[in-house]
Amino acid sequence: MTETSPVAYDSKVEGNVIITKVDAAMNWMRKNSLWPMPMGLACCAIELMAAGASRFDIARFGAEVMRFSPRQSDVMIVAGTVTYKMALAVKRIWDQMPEPKWCIAMGACASSGGMYRSYSVLQGIDQLIPVDVYIAGCPPRPEALLEGLMRLQRKIDGEHPLREQKRELIESFS
Amino acid sequence: MPSAKLTADVATLGSKFKVLSTSEFRGETTLVLEREAIHEACRIARDEMSFNFLLDVSGVDNFGVDPRFEVVYELYSMARGEWLRFKVQVSEDDLTVPTISDLWATADWHEREAFDMYGIRFTGHADLRRILMWEGYPFYPLRKDFPLGGRASDAPDVAFSRAAPLEGGPFVTVPTTATTKDREPRSRSTE
Repeated sequence: MTETSPVAYDSKVEGNVIITKVDAAMNWMRKNSLWPMPMGLACCAIELMAAGASRFDIARFGAEVMRFSPRQSDVMIVAGTVTYKMALAVKRIWDQMPEPKWCIAMGACASSGGMYRSYSVLQGIDQLIPVDVYIAGCPPRPEALLEGLMRLQRKIDGEHPLREQKRELIESFS
Repeated sequence: MPSAKLTADVATLGSKFKVLSTSEFRGETTLVLEREAIHEACRIARDEMSFNFLLDVSGVDNFGVDPRFEVVYELYSMARGEWLRFKVQVSEDDLTVPTISDLWATADWHEREAFDMYGIRFTGHADLRRILMWEGYPFYPLRKDFPLGGRASDAPDVAFSRAAPLEGGPFVTVPTTATTKDREPRSRSTE
């Protein structure tokens, strides 16, 4: 009776090994679990809620975990009219979010002030925080928000997180 | 037509205070009173004439007219179903009106709003802060000489504001019997 031992091939781990790049793996994990910080400020927030509910079901894209704590969220969805009175509060919450973080300006008001060419309204949240995706509409349909989320996922897919980390590390030494 | 009771009330108020003018429009009676008399007139209207509900206190800016500002008090009688309106005129130089927030608690926020938007100071008000704009905002935005797009301001760590782009605006309609195209809001200078 001869004994055989696996040398190069182990059937026990078959199907459990995937070879990929770390960048790709990180991007894949990040883009499919984008936890939103719902910054609902006006009627766009109603559409944001609709996008979170069962008919449109934002959970299909891994973004159903609406975190009302900025410490636990990845993407800030600014949904609605940003008044000057609220603007610094939005900025503060944005500053409290840990990196990596992204921002979606949902609707005309958050993108540009919308129809409020007014003394009290900030003319676009991009004057205070960097915006990754702008969504047109007043308010946008939930489908438009999902489209914006998919655009953001595509954008995240093109990033090089490990390379960026290495670069930052090398810069910190020099 | 005002009821006999309301007519009698107006006559009573006229005998007690100096009424600058009385007008009636579609069953609504308006009395323009002197500024110093408004508190006592409101108290009498509430306690002796059953006008127990204060609907609104608001400011008006009649820019270019002297006195420039007006404060309007809307009273309603729950028992009789009648309205009574008081007006007080104030000039820009002495922009103070006695508060009535001790008579109606609801006047507290109404007066704060009028202060916030027009800068009318209500003497005796317990807590006259801005209610819509933030503390440190230097302007009164509902005044007629304030631009629609706003002005730049800075209150460090509280808020800031910048003038909004109006593309040559403000956008105003023009009353005309011509086509809709001529009526619709366009960027027109306020000549």
